[in-house]
Amino acid sequence: MKNKKLLRQRRNAFWSAMYAAVIYALFYIPVLVMIQFSFNDAKRNYSWEGFTTQWYGKLFSFGNHDLWESLVYSLVIAVAATVISVVVGVLGGIGLKKFEFRGKKFINLMLYVPIVVPEIVLAVSMLIIFMTVGIRLGMGTIVIGHCTFCIPYAVVTIKGRISGDNETLQEASMDLGANRVQTFWRVTIPSIMPGILSAAFLSFTLSIDDVIMSNMLASARQSTLPVLILSVNRTGITPDINALTTLMVLVMVAGMLVMSGLQRLRRKREAREMAEAEQRISTLRG
Amino acid sequence: MTAPKKRRNPLPAIAQAGPVSVWMVLFVTVPMLFIIYISFMSRGTFGGVEYTPTLTSYETLADVTYFAVILKSLQVAVVTTAVCLLLGYPFAYYIARKSADVASRLIMLLMIPLWTNSLMRLNAWMLLFQTNGPVNKALLALGIVQSPVKFIYTDALVLLGLITNFLPFAVLPMYSSIEKLQKAMLEASADLGATPATTFRKVTLPLTFPGIFSAIILTFIPALGTYTITDMLGGGKVLYIGNIIKNQFGTIRNWPLGAALSVLLLLITALLIFLYSRFAKIEDMEVL
Repeated sequence: MKNKKLLRQRRNAFWSAMYAAVIYALFYIPVLVMIQFSFNDAKRNYSWEGFTTQWYGKLFSFGNHDLWESLVYSLVIAVAATVISVVVGVLGGIGLKKFEFRGKKFINLMLYVPIVVPEIVLAVSMLIIFMTVGIRLGMGTIVIGHCTFCIPYAVVTIKGRISGDNETLQEASMDLGANRVQTFWRVTIPSIMPGILSAAFLSFTLSIDDVIMSNMLASARQSTLPVLILSVNRTGITPDINALTTLMVLVMVAGMLVMSGLQRLRRKREAREMAEAEQRISTLRG
Repeated sequence: MTAPKKRRNPLPAIAQAGPVSVWMVLFVTVPMLFIIYISFMSRGTFGGVEYTPTLTSYETLADVTYFAVILKSLQVAVVTTAVCLLLGYPFAYYIARKSADVASRLIMLLMIPLWTNSLMRLNAWMLLFQTNGPVNKALLALGIVQSPVKFIYTDALVLLGLITNFLPFAVLPMYSSIEKLQKAMLEASADLGATPATTFRKVTLPLTFPGIFSAIILTFIPALGTYTITDMLGGGKVLYIGNIIKNQFGTIRNWPLGAALSVLLLLITALLIFLYSRFAKIEDMEVL
């Protein structure tokens, strides 16, 4: 009886693991194919023509100017959008959590709009405003567009990090004689640092991968990497683009590993310090 | 706008909540109101807008060609959402039942592919499903088909692109609501004599409904508004609402029509959010 139940449980565990593996395959197959075709011995990627590493060499001989220019353009936009979104988002997250003011409900509602409304609608409505007011399209308008959907995510992330503890810590800091600005930099910011980092990471990834805003709000002269890929797709993607996007994923994964490694180290150090402090207290008591 | 009630000094409130408020009003509220306004204006002779009120754009939407596109986009978005829920829920459940440590690793494993350029991931499906590509070769070798199937530039391949693109965003909110589900509830239900199926129907499903609804919003609405997936996999031959809107601001230059289509998408979004608010608190919506 018991054996039968155990057997059934095992069988269920096996099939559910298989199911999860199939779903993961759906996510990883395109990534692996993308990497595979960065080694394709063909001018354009339609079918597999054999293995070569020449595309990585060609990539770093900087022959494909458009590709590198669009990457630099994307990176500058992503960094600018990340910095602005994190600053506005962190301040906003704290402010909207801490203060009551007229219109706060409305702002909270507005923050949901870029998250739920189709991006094309947001992009088009911003395009109409920019054209009507007479703002030249280009890097500035793309950054504004990206910030508009990154800020809400940053605010949500930061708000999630602020809890009752932060309030207590802030009050303690002020009681101990720190002014508002000191409290903000020395207490509030460090206590929500993990939230700030994940907001920054999220903003960066959203911006660097964005197509719709970058396409609608761009000038005709310069395009971001995803917009370049969208236009090159009509004539066939060249394997050096695969090589570049492959390297980009590797950099992202490496960066993430380093970040989580540092976090683990910090947690270990904090645990050790905590243990030491407790020991000291007990010696004092003893 | 930023007058605090509790504190006397308004400066900190203005400094902190001010920038986000100004940004949202300037770049969300104003453009949204303006696009609604534009949708009721006339099309300029050389593109652009003539500021004479008319309902022409909305009448055009009821036109057979446009109406067919709208209907098809809705159908495809419904199918995408349904498949994402059906595939995603068991998957989210599987992750949520693991220990916190394993679950966070599995979620990380889900996020990594999202750091790859999304267009290149779509392009990879295209490469796999080429007429002389590996999928066709496999089908021929297995004798399932006699001649290569034309997958590319079809609605089926666009659908595959949509599903694989949005599935992670359906899984994440469902995962966080299943994860919050207390084991004690399920045990209580079982102890009270409910079969696993009944427990699922009467306890698990209702309690995880906010997550399911968030998943619906996060897949249905973007699927309805996309043009990049149709562009990449449909080769310009498959047109959805998103493509039509985009074209009005590119080659065709009929801004009011593009605006009217955008307003239609806004209304659909508002309707879904309204329905959501009947079942759960908007603030609890899982968006990440």
